[in-house]
Amino acid sequence: MTYDAVIVGAGHNGLVTACYLARAGMKVCVVEKNDWIGGAAVSRELYPGFTYSNCSYVSSLFRPEIMRDLELHKYGLQILPYEGGAVFTQDGGYLGMFRDHDANRREFARHSARDAEAYDVYARDILRFCRFIRPMLMRTPPDPTRLRPRDLSELLWLGKQMGGLSEAMRAQMVRFWTMSISDFLDEYFENPVIKGYLAVSAIIGTALGPMSPGSAYVLLHHYMGDVDGNVGAWGFARGGMGSITRALTESLRTSGGEVRVGQGVEQILVQNGRAVGVVLANGDEVRGRRVISNMDVKRTFLKHVPEAELPGDFVKRIKAFKIRGSSGKLNIALDAAPVFPALPEGAPNLRGDLHFTDSVERMERAYDDWKAGHFSADPFQDCMIPTMIDPTMTPPGKHFMSCFVQYAPPKIEGRDWTDADRDAFRDACLNQIEAYSPGFKDRVLHVETRTPRELEAEVGLTEGNIFQGELTFDQLLFNRPVPGYAQYRSPIKDLWMCGSSTHPGGGVMGAPGRNAAAEVLREARLPSPMRDAYAVL
Amino acid sequence: MSAQTHFKTPLRPSPFHPRTAPLNRLNRWGPWAGQLNALCFGDVDMEYTAIRNAASVYDLCAMVKYRVTGREAAEYLNRLTLRDAGKLAVGGVHYTAWCDDAGKLLDDGTLFRHGPQDYLICCQERHLPWLLDSAQGFDVAVREVTEEIAALSLQGPCSASVLAAAGFDVWGLKPFRMAEFAFQGGSLTISRTGFTGDLGYELWLTPDLALPFWDHLMQAGAPWGIRPIGSDALDLARIEAGFIITNMDFIPAHQALREDRPRSPLEMGLGWMIDWDKGQFTGRAALAAEQARGSDWALVGLDIPGNVSAEGSILYHDKKHEVGMITAAAWSPALKASVALAQVQARHAGGANLWVEIYALRELQYVKLMLPVQVVPRPFFNPPRKRATPPARV
Repeated sequence: MTYDAVIVGAGHNGLVTACYLARAGMKVCVVEKNDWIGGAAVSRELYPGFTYSNCSYVSSLFRPEIMRDLELHKYGLQILPYEGGAVFTQDGGYLGMFRDHDANRREFARHSARDAEAYDVYARDILRFCRFIRPMLMRTPPDPTRLRPRDLSELLWLGKQMGGLSEAMRAQMVRFWTMSISDFLDEYFENPVIKGYLAVSAIIGTALGPMSPGSAYVLLHHYMGDVDGNVGAWGFARGGMGSITRALTESLRTSGGEVRVGQGVEQILVQNGRAVGVVLANGDEVRGRRVISNMDVKRTFLKHVPEAELPGDFVKRIKAFKIRGSSGKLNIALDAAPVFPALPEGAPNLRGDLHFTDSVERMERAYDDWKAGHFSADPFQDCMIPTMIDPTMTPPGKHFMSCFVQYAPPKIEGRDWTDADRDAFRDACLNQIEAYSPGFKDRVLHVETRTPRELEAEVGLTEGNIFQGELTFDQLLFNRPVPGYAQYRSPIKDLWMCGSSTHPGGGVMGAPGRNAAAEVLREARLPSPMRDAYAVL
Repeated sequence: MSAQTHFKTPLRPSPFHPRTAPLNRLNRWGPWAGQLNALCFGDVDMEYTAIRNAASVYDLCAMVKYRVTGREAAEYLNRLTLRDAGKLAVGGVHYTAWCDDAGKLLDDGTLFRHGPQDYLICCQERHLPWLLDSAQGFDVAVREVTEEIAALSLQGPCSASVLAAAGFDVWGLKPFRMAEFAFQGGSLTISRTGFTGDLGYELWLTPDLALPFWDHLMQAGAPWGIRPIGSDALDLARIEAGFIITNMDFIPAHQALREDRPRSPLEMGLGWMIDWDKGQFTGRAALAAEQARGSDWALVGLDIPGNVSAEGSILYHDKKHEVGMITAAAWSPALKASVALAQVQARHAGGANLWVEIYALRELQYVKLMLPVQVVPRPFFNPPRKRATPPARV
C-alpha cells in the first residue's frame, strides 16, 4: 500500500506531524529505527522499577496548543511545575531560587543587595523579548529569497512586530540577539554566583560558552516557553519525558496512524526527482506520497538521500550547517535521596535544578576544555531529581537523578570516544556531585552514561547536538536550516523536514512538527485540524 | 542580610507582628512590599471610622526606605527627583517623584531631610540599582535601610491628643515637618505626614523599640479609642484624599512589560512637582518635550452619580469610544458619593460627554449601568483640621 505520508523517526516532532496529518484524514506511517519510540523524549527502564528520562529531562517549551489539539491529557500527559533550584558554591554555601518573588529577592540579597533589586528589571526585559518572539514560534518563516505574496505578507508582519517596539527597545533587542550572556548579565548584576546561576540557560545544548557572542539568544530560547502561563518556568513530564511521546503515539493510533519500530530508514527513495517512500534496514520498502524526515538535516540529506539528487549548493550548505555536539548525560538510579549539607532543612531547592558551577568564568573554563577537544575536567552539570515531585518513576523512597553535562565534544582530540573516555567522563561528574553531597556515590544503583557518541548512535542526533543544529542567529528563522529552505520543504519534491533542524529549533517544543504539518496540509489543500496559536496579550 | 531560612516566611513579619497578630481577629493578611500586612483587623467600617473620627494606627514598616548621605546628597537628589531637594529645609518632608530618562514615572514617595547631608527616601517599589547608578559622579552614599527602621502611621483628628498623652508634644508641629523625641533610651522621630488626607503623624524608630512603643502608644490612646487598621480602610481614606499608589494607579516604567503603559508625572497630575529652575534632572528633556507637545494621558478625579462604586470600569466618550479606565474607586462615607481616580486620554480630561460603564454584580446577575461622570478636583475630602496648627485639642 502507499501511505499519504511516511515519517522518518518517532521523536516528538515526527509524532506531532504524524498526529496532525492523521487527524486531517491522511494515512500516515512513522518508521523508527529503535525498538522503542520517543527519539530524545524517551523514558526507558534501565534499572528494575526505575523509569528514566534518558535524554531530554524537563519541559517548558512544548506548546500547549499541541497538547490541546491532540488531546494529550486523554493519554496521560501531565506537566508538573517544579519548585526551586540552587547552585552550590565552592565555599560550602549556595544560592537558591524560589518560586515566591519575595523569598527569591531575600535569597539574592544574601549575596548582593543591589542584585536582589536588579532582578525585576532583568526579568522584565527577558519577558519583553519573550513576548516579541513567542508569536513567531508557530508561523512558517517567510522566504526572503523568493518573495511570493505570502512571503511578502509574512515579512510585513515581521516588520510590523519590530515597528511596534520603541527605538530603544528595538536597539536593545538587536543587541541581545547577538551578544554573549556574560556581557548581558554584566549590565544588570554584580554578584558572580547570581550571574553563574542565570547564565545556565544560555549554554544548555549549545557549543557556545557563556562569553561567546550569540549565547544570550540561547537563554531566550529556554525562557520563551511556559508552564500554564508562567513564562520561563519549567516542569517535569509526569512519568518521565517519554510520557510526551507515549501520549503522542496513542493519540496517533487513535486517529488511525501507524508506528513501526525496530527498522530504521536506510534510504529515502527518490524517483524522477520526487520522494516516493523509504527503504528500511531490512530491505522492506514503505511507499508514501510524501516523506517527512524528523531526522536532523545532516543525517537526512548527507546519509539517506543520494547526493546526486540534490543541488550542489544545498549540499554544501547542509555540510556547513553547525551541529556541534557539546553535551553528555548521566542518568542515575539512587537508593535514597541525596543529601546536600549546604541547604537548610526543609528547603524546596532540591525540587528543581541543581548546579555546581558558581561563576560565569568557571563555566567558560569548562568550555575551554571543549575547544581543546576534551570533556570538561570541572564540568557544568544541570541536575534534576524529578522523583522529588513525581511519585511514578521509582519505588517509594528511591530516586532518579538526571544530570545534563557540559561540555563534551563529539570527538576526543579528533578521535572517537572510547569506553574508557566515557567512564572517565562519568567519574568526573560523579566526583563533582560527591564533593557537594557526601555519600552520594554510595547511593548509586545504576548509571547510564551518554556521551555525544551514544547520543548519535542511539538517538541519531548528529554529533550529539541536542537541538539538531546550533541556535545561532545565522541558523534561525528563515535561515533555519539553510536559506531558501526554511518552509519545511527540501530541494526534492515531496521530501519534507519536520525536526528541530527547522524553525523554531530545538527543545521538546513540537512547533517544528506542527508547522511542518501545516505546510503539508496547505499544499495538499486539506482542512487543518489545528487551533490558532494562543495569542500573546 | 537575610537568614537562610527566609523561605519559611516568604512574607517577612513586621517588628510589630507579635502585637498585631493577636489583634487580627479575621486573620486577614496580604503582601505589601515583601511584608505580611493586615488587610483588615476585623471590621473595615470601624477601622475607617477610627481614621476620620478618632485615632488609627497603620503598620508602615514595609515602606521601602533608602538613606542618602554625603556632601552632594542634595545635588544628587535634585538630579534624581522632580522637586528641589536643596530647598527642603532640615527637619522637613516633601512628597516627590522620579522618572527614567524617557520622563516616565518610576515611583513616587516622601523625602525626609534629617540633616544637611542626610536624607531618607520612602517609597512603594524597589530601586537600588537605579539609585546607585544615578549616583555616578556624585559624592554620595545610598543604602537600602527598609528593615532598619520601624514605623507606624497614627492618623485621625485625635492623633495629636494621643501623642500628647503619650508624652510627645506635637502641638506646634506643622504639616510636612518632623521632630525628634526621646523614648526609652532611644529616639523617636515624628513627622506630620500621612496618607489619609486628615490630621495625622508618622512615627519612626528602631525595630528594637517597636514592641514597647506599640504598648505605650496603645495605652496612651485608649481613651480616644485608638485602633489598629488594615490596608482596606487605609485605601478608602486615600481615595477620599485623592492620593495615587504606584502599581495601582500607574505602572512604574521599570516594571511595565508593555511599552505603552508607563505614564509621566504630567500625565499623573504631578506636573506641579517639576522644578524647571533647578537645572538638569533625569527625564527633564523628555518632560519638556511632552509639555510642549501635550500629554497623551491625564489623571482625573471623578464624581459618579448614584451609590455604586466603579472599580475597574471603562470610561467612554459619548457612550461609544473607550477613552480611559478607572484605577481606584470607592463609595465615600465622608462625602456620601461614589468617587474615583481614572486615567483618561488627555483630550477628554475636561470630562465633557464622559461616561462610565459599571457592571454591578447583584445576586449572580450583573446590573449594567452607563452613567455620565463629572471631573472634579482632588482631594475629594479635604478637612481644615488636616492643616490646622496647633490641631484642635480633643
